[in-house]
Amino acid sequence: MSETIIEATAIKKTLGRGAGEVQALRGVDLALRRGELTLLMGPSGSGKTTLLLVLGCMLAPSSGILTVCGTPTSGVDKEGLAKIRRDHIGFVFQSYHLFPTLTAAQNVRLAVDIRGEHGRKAKKEARKALSMVGLEQKADTLPGELSGGEQQRVAIARAFVANPSVILADEPTAALDGNNGRTIMRILADTAHQRERAVLVVTHDPRVIPFADRIVEIEDGLLVGTESGGPERLHFPKTAAFRP
Amino acid sequence: MSLAPTLASRNLFHDRLRFIATLVGIVFSVVLVMIQMGLFLGFGRMVTTMIDHASADLWVLPKGAKCFEDPSLLDAKLRDKVASVDGVASVVPLVIGFSDWRLESGEMTPVFVVGADLRDGSLGPWNVVEGNVRALSQNGAVVVDRSYYDRLGVSKVGSTAEIRGRRVKVVALTDGIRSFTTTPYIFVDLKNARTYTGAFPDRASNLLVRLKPDADRDTVLAAVRAQVGEHEVLTTDEFRSRSRSFWLFGTGAGAALFAGALLGVIVGTVIVAQTLYSSTKDHLSEFATLRAMGSSNGYIYRVIIYQALLNAVIGFVIATAIGAVVVEMTAKSALPIVITPWLIAALFVLTVVMCVASAIGAIVRVVRIDPATVFMR
Repeated sequence: MSETIIEATAIKKTLGRGAGEVQALRGVDLALRRGELTLLMGPSGSGKTTLLLVLGCMLAPSSGILTVCGTPTSGVDKEGLAKIRRDHIGFVFQSYHLFPTLTAAQNVRLAVDIRGEHGRKAKKEARKALSMVGLEQKADTLPGELSGGEQQRVAIARAFVANPSVILADEPTAALDGNNGRTIMRILADTAHQRERAVLVVTHDPRVIPFADRIVEIEDGLLVGTESGGPERLHFPKTAAFRP
Repeated sequence: MSLAPTLASRNLFHDRLRFIATLVGIVFSVVLVMIQMGLFLGFGRMVTTMIDHASADLWVLPKGAKCFEDPSLLDAKLRDKVASVDGVASVVPLVIGFSDWRLESGEMTPVFVVGADLRDGSLGPWNVVEGNVRALSQNGAVVVDRSYYDRLGVSKVGSTAEIRGRRVKVVALTDGIRSFTTTPYIFVDLKNARTYTGAFPDRASNLLVRLKPDADRDTVLAAVRAQVGEHEVLTTDEFRSRSRSFWLFGTGAGAALFAGALLGVIVGTVIVAQTLYSSTKDHLSEFATLRAMGSSNGYIYRVIIYQALLNAVIGFVIATAIGAVVVEMTAKSALPIVITPWLIAALFVLTVVMCVASAIGAIVRVVRIDPATVFMR
């Protein structure tokens, strides 16, 4: 069995207070494993983003146990959680969140720069990551001059350049057309399979299903279903799907 | 090299209008402080210019004399007592005081008479550009500075006027001996000085004491003090310091200059803090992204502090260039602004401290960033 990178056990999370209190997660058990691309799907308000934030060590669970690469996160302070993210987790955001004043290469390099790696090797790694997403020739381009798909590819390169064990992607294809969406998902799937990373994609875009090794469905803060076994065994709407 | 400085500079230069506004604030602040402190130093030098140019190791002063311009007098007979002290090479009486100068046109203007026995070379005119200083021993001879031509109604060597109703003739001209009181200095012979200031022949304003080369200053100082009774004996450094303290702090002039400098620091800090805070606020989503990616708070602080330092360095360079122009422009004025290497270094440190302190507000704002907001946008 593949190595578990993130393990969430009986995770509960309450948001708000008093009359506005909401149980966003009501006892979630989830393991993200190396070499596997997992889709987290569910309707709006189902708790997808809250679970992503908990798994990404940005939101402390109200109860339950979360371990990242074997390290329990409970009781760890903000700086400690930041270090866990820095060392083990790469993020891909829906709105890319690239730094508009830095070039594509510098945006990618930032992920290793914050780890204190500033030398020539860091530059080389950033170029290599960009070439892996097919953007080597755009290395010196500012994000504003890139298309949405290209910006998301830069964001993915930034997410994996520091060799994190897991990549958490939030709606990475939401703002993209079919072609770009397919490219992005192919890169994420390659990252999971060829680079042996655990990849979690939060989405409610059914077109990405063919790239998944496992689909986890969440509803009202509970995981209500899990399907696994690779694209050929997963159910997805054939007409709408991105073809891998 | 880390990307933190790159990110800082890009953040800074990205919004040019705000960057220019910040620079204007810093430059205004630094130039204001520079000028106030330059005036302070210039004033400090001006008030001791006579002491600086006197050839004396010790000064015998009337009790309680606060500065060189103090009008008190002492008994000139003390000269012999002081001269008898072992280790004293010479004792020269000096007579100073305000008097009235009547122009050829009949108009009157106050002047400050400085009279010494010029054969001793104790305190005479310097920077002589025309005429003969030795002619000062003649009756009615005076030396004036050419910057006071208009005030004194003279235009060349040989011009005449009156002091206290006695005819005087300009025998030499100096350049750059300006008084901080705006009352022109008039150099005369000791005897003439007594006449023009109304001092009795047995009185003197100060005694300028020169020591023999092998004399121990402290020993002679104690011996002279024992000879002069209630009068005071100061070293040149002590007298300079006392004069400077009196004019700068006793009169409130120094406090006013310091208050202006403080105002500059406050204005600069507020402007930089405000613009840095607003720049940070504009880039909050970027800082939140950094935090989400796992950046330490320290990395983010570095970005903000680099921004503050860049502001400081660029603002300081511009302010120093402006300061150099101001120094040049005031060089020949009644109160030149003096900027020393130490002042420049101190101002640089002050600018850096001011800009970095200004970053505190921005840092406090960034500390509160929730990285989760990145997923909400």
